Order: sequence, then structure tokens, then C-alpha cells
Amino acid sequence: MAPAKKKEPRAPAKELGPGISAQGRSKTYKRRGLWAIKKKNGGKFPVHEKQAKPAETEGKAPRFYPADDVKTPLKRRHVQKPTKLRSSITPGTVLILLAGRFKGKRVVFLGQLPSGLLLVTGPFRVNGVPLKRVNQVYVIATSTKVDIKGVDISKIDDAYFKAAEEPKKKKGEDEFFKADAEEEKKELSKEYIARQKEVDSVLLKALKPELKGYLGSRFTLKAHDRPHLLKF
Amino acid sequence: MPFSRYVEIGRVALINYGEEYGKLVVISDVVDQNRALVDRPDEVRRIINFKRLVLTDFKIDIPRLAKKKVLSAALEESEVFSKFENSTWGKKLAKRALKTTQTDFERYQAAVARKKTSAAVKKVFNKLKSASE
Repeated sequence: MAPAKKKEPRAPAKELGPGISAQGRSKTYKRRGLWAIKKKNGGKFPVHEKQAKPAETEGKAPRFYPADDVKTPLKRRHVQKPTKLRSSITPGTVLILLAGRFKGKRVVFLGQLPSGLLLVTGPFRVNGVPLKRVNQVYVIATSTKVDIKGVDISKIDDAYFKAAEEPKKKKGEDEFFKADAEEEKKELSKEYIARQKEVDSVLLKALKPELKGYLGSRFTLKAHDRPHLLKF
Repeated sequence: MPFSRYVEIGRVALINYGEEYGKLVVISDVVDQNRALVDRPDEVRRIINFKRLVLTDFKIDIPRLAKKKVLSAALEESEVFSKFENSTWGKKLAKRALKTTQTDFERYQAAVARKKTSAAVKKVFNKLKSASE
């Protein structure tokens, strides 16, 4: 592309000698077109407002530089963009998990969390997969879709999945010998269970028995299966 | 046993190689020991190696180097292509092609159906077996 045509600068006045213009003050005024600017602004030149001076700090400036270096954090202008999902992953898609203890399980995709991870559920009743976050790399998207209308995931965020910090236990002699015998069983919070049920109850109603069987089964490769040629 | 399928003008053959795998063609002329000139109504006549052809049972009645018009008419009259599709061989190919387009859910459905039939067969078989003993 050719650059936009620039306005030609006005020819400077002819100089009679070094520093001596051939045109006088009024001629220069006319030549420079200042009158046009004045006219546009109602008979006055536009003036920049004076910048407010920074308020003076109290007391004197320190006489010496600080002895220690104070580290100033680098400015980062980078803004984290939300992860772009594969086009095949849309709310309601049945996904196949590829890693972790639930690998091979078929689950329902509910939505994307602010962290970019996928929010999925088994549902728990069907295949034992709870509400869970997964990265989209560890997932195969199938072409099967489930109707997830009415499933409310607005209350679930990334913090929901963060485990509560455990109080540190004393490790004395007594505890050491007792430890194996009676380990306290961890219990899930009631809120956690309730939320799982709340999400699943809506979803279970929408699932046909055939789909339930499908979600309940595990994906595996069998002899003569060529994964790169399989259609999902 | 003598051969029952011969390379001859009008023999319908199946391409068993490359992009056109599974396509039916008609032998229009024999070039030499290795190659034939094959034709199809929707294609330009070309030479193909016999290694890439499998002969079928079907043969149509056309002259050597038949024109497209003659070829199409002969094919239409004999309905050879549809006959092949309905043969065991053709059905097998169709089934194989269908399998490659199945989605994950359809594969699951097929597996369930397979289980169901085999269970039913087993049930009857065991009944007969115990009855005969």
C-alpha cells in the first residue's frame, strides 16, 4: 500500500540573508494561516491547560540514596486471555478423559471455568466421576451431545475445587505408634455433596437410558483399532 | 479347478489400491501383460496395472474400446454395479466402509447389540446342548 499523501508543507519565506526573512510579521501571519486557526477557535489561539504540579512532598528529600536496593516489580502489560476451546467442545458434549484415575471414562462437559479448565461431571451416579476440572488436552471430544438445559453451574468456580488446608498434626511418639491403627477418615463436606447432587439431578433426568449406559462404560482401544482413523 | 474369471473386454473389476479403493471399473482393452485400459461412465478412460485390480464375477457385453455411450448403456441394461453391491462381496465392502464412519456412541450401540445377540444365541445353544445330553 502506498502511504497516504502528505500535505505539502508551506514554502518558507525567502531569506534575504542568514536569519533575515523577506516577509514581515503580518505577511508571515497570513502565510502561516494562523488566522484560520484563530477563527476556528472563536478569535483566540487554543491554549493547552497547564499541568498541575505534583504536590510537594513533606519535609526534605533524603540526603542519601537508600543503602539497600529496593526491588521494584517489573511492569507486565500482558493480559491473560481465556483459553480457547476446541470447536468440538461445546456445553453438553460427551468427553473421554485420557489421564488420571478416571481415564477412559466418558463424562459430560458442563462449561468452561475462568481458569480455562473444563468443568465436567460423570454424572457421579452413572460412572462415579464427580464434578471435576480437566484441561482440554487430556480429553477427546466426541460428537455425542447431551441436553444440559437447566443445569446451573454459576455457583461453581475454581475456588470450589481447592481443598481446605489441613491443620497440622503433632508428630509425637504416641501419635507415631498410633497413626496406622486409627487414621481418621476424611469426610466430604455436606455442601460439596449437595452441590454434586444438585447438578446431577437435573442432568440425570435429561439422560436417556441408552446414554446412561454409554456414559457408564469405559473407552478402551481394542485390537485393530487405529485411533488416528477412529471417528469420535 | 479352472479359472472362472478372466481378463477380457467388458470384465468388471474392483480397484484395490489407493484413493479409489473399492471403485468398480470395466476393462475396455488390454494393453499388455501387466496393464489394462479401464473405463467408467463418470471417469476418463485410463491405463491401470493388473496388480491394482481384482476381477469380479460380472462381465458386460461391449466391444473393444467402447464409447462412453455404449458403455453406459450396457452398464445400465445389465445393472452390474447394483448387482455387485447386493452381492456378498459388495455387502462386505459396504459394511467395512460403514464401520470407519461410526462415531464413538454408535460403536457403543453396536457393541451392546452384539452382546445381546450373542447372549440370546448362547441361551438357545445351551438349551439344545443340555437337551441332547
